[in-house]
Amino acid sequence: MSSVVTKFGSLAEYEKGGVTIVDDNPRNYVFSNVFDVAAKSAPYERIAVGKNFEYVIEAFRAEGESAWYAAAHDEFVLTMDGEIEVHLVKLADPGVVDPESLGAHRLANWPDGAKMGRIVLRRGHMALLPVGSAYRLVATAPAAGIFQTIQGPETIERWAEICQVD
Amino acid sequence: MAMSLVAETHSNPDASRDVETLAMSNETGYRRFRAGKFHFARDEYFARLSWPGGTRTIPIDAFLRALMRDVAWGFFYGTVAFDGIFGTINHYGTVTLYAGKFDDAYRAAGRDYEELYDSPALMSLFREMLSDWTIEGYDPFAAPMETGTAWGKKSGSNEAAIGRQRVTARRMVGLPGDTPVRTDDLGFPVNRDFADVAQDQPLVEAEPGFEGEVSAYNLFGYLSRSDVTWNPSVCSVVGDSLFCPTSEEFILPIEHGNDRCEWFLQLSDEISWEIKDKNSGKPRATVVQKAGDIACMPADIRHQGFSTKRSMLLVWENGSSKIPELIAKGEAPIVAVTF
Ligand SMILES: [Fe+2]
Repeated sequence: MSSVVTKFGSLAEYEKGGVTIVDDNPRNYVFSNVFDVAAKSAPYERIAVGKNFEYVIEAFRAEGESAWYAAAHDEFVLTMDGEIEVHLVKLADPGVVDPESLGAHRLANWPDGAKMGRIVLRRGHMALLPVGSAYRLVATAPAAGIFQTIQGPETIERWAEICQVD
Repeated sequence: MAMSLVAETHSNPDASRDVETLAMSNETGYRRFRAGKFHFARDEYFARLSWPGGTRTIPIDAFLRALMRDVAWGFFYGTVAFDGIFGTINHYGTVTLYAGKFDDAYRAAGRDYEELYDSPALMSLFREMLSDWTIEGYDPFAAPMETGTAWGKKSGSNEAAIGRQRVTARRMVGLPGDTPVRTDDLGFPVNRDFADVAQDQPLVEAEPGFEGEVSAYNLFGYLSRSDVTWNPSVCSVVGDSLFCPTSEEFILPIEHGNDRCEWFLQLSDEISWEIKDKNSGKPRATVVQKAGDIACMPADIRHQGFSTKRSMLLVWENGSSKIPELIAKGEAPIVAVTF
């Protein structure tokens, strides 16, 4: 048998590297850790850990049931630790999210539409959150993940709290 | 929309197409190549480059690894530095071949030199060079422990290694009609250094009619089956937001001086990045990233990564063609976030 050990992080156990400066400002590297951020956030808070113009990577901790979300574009979710269930509904009225809008929107009500399916993601699994659908996440035990999406009304920026500053 | 890693959007009728494959050396069996006033030759150990006023000698294994990336990535984003002196700058349709342009001493001495090429012309020359100079048993995409050596006189070729199809998902790996999930049957066994990575696929229960949209796959399993190193490939796409994960072992074969901010999310194990100033080459920082660490490379640096244990890295690019101009005009920040 192979003695290889591939090191993944988890909410319970993660190690951070860091920036060692020769001649620069560590803030320029916007250095944080998704497990650290997920562990210290409220369940399903969508914390920006990466930003490139309008695009973001949001880290989150999954715990219990999330609200329902929808976006006017595709999004993706990647489980980094634990197990996350994804429920998808085809929006009967895609207009519940402004088609010009960006990012994930929290829906006030249970979405109206046909059930599309259910996905169970474990560590390293990625799912499409397709445009035109609504989704919610469910986790029976704390889990961590990231969204590939666009900055929107649910995106939370707290860079100074999560990033290496000196 | 089909999304390639790097799209060609600019053309310039003044860009040179003056490239030429020269005769084979009777001594080594390798061909020589010429692009304008740049000359390229290889011998048993080295690539030997020359241009008006200068020469450069680069170990051939390192040169071929760098050339492989420049070819596979279509000159990539911004600067691909083969070493501290020689490299290419992508203008997305045209490409600059330079020597000494990003070195203080060369510039101060007026010894920097560059020529502008039509991208397809220089690309065809680079492909021929890569094909002629890569010998049987040497795979410039592979980690050093997984391939033979590049040394010696001309001896066979390795078209299978250098002609690999680049992976570019249009929406997400595994969707119907999109790039497939890797399996043993498709010729992608689990890499020796990821032998312990779980290969289970997510549970996907799609209602009738939604099979094409209810979709998920094991990204970590997918990366554990990559047969190449340092080769970011598009796996999921939101507009211009490109997730380009890759498996890394040994040294990034180039110093990458991106023309925009570029993010790294370390998915497994550890990489250390040496950061230098893009223009002067002076050291600025070292960034060590462990699993879960995420960091941004500013747009005014060059970076080179080092990974002992094969690791999984998510390279995150913004493929928008507007960004280099915005940064050049000072209308976009060179750091992604200020706080
Ligand atoms: Fe890079």
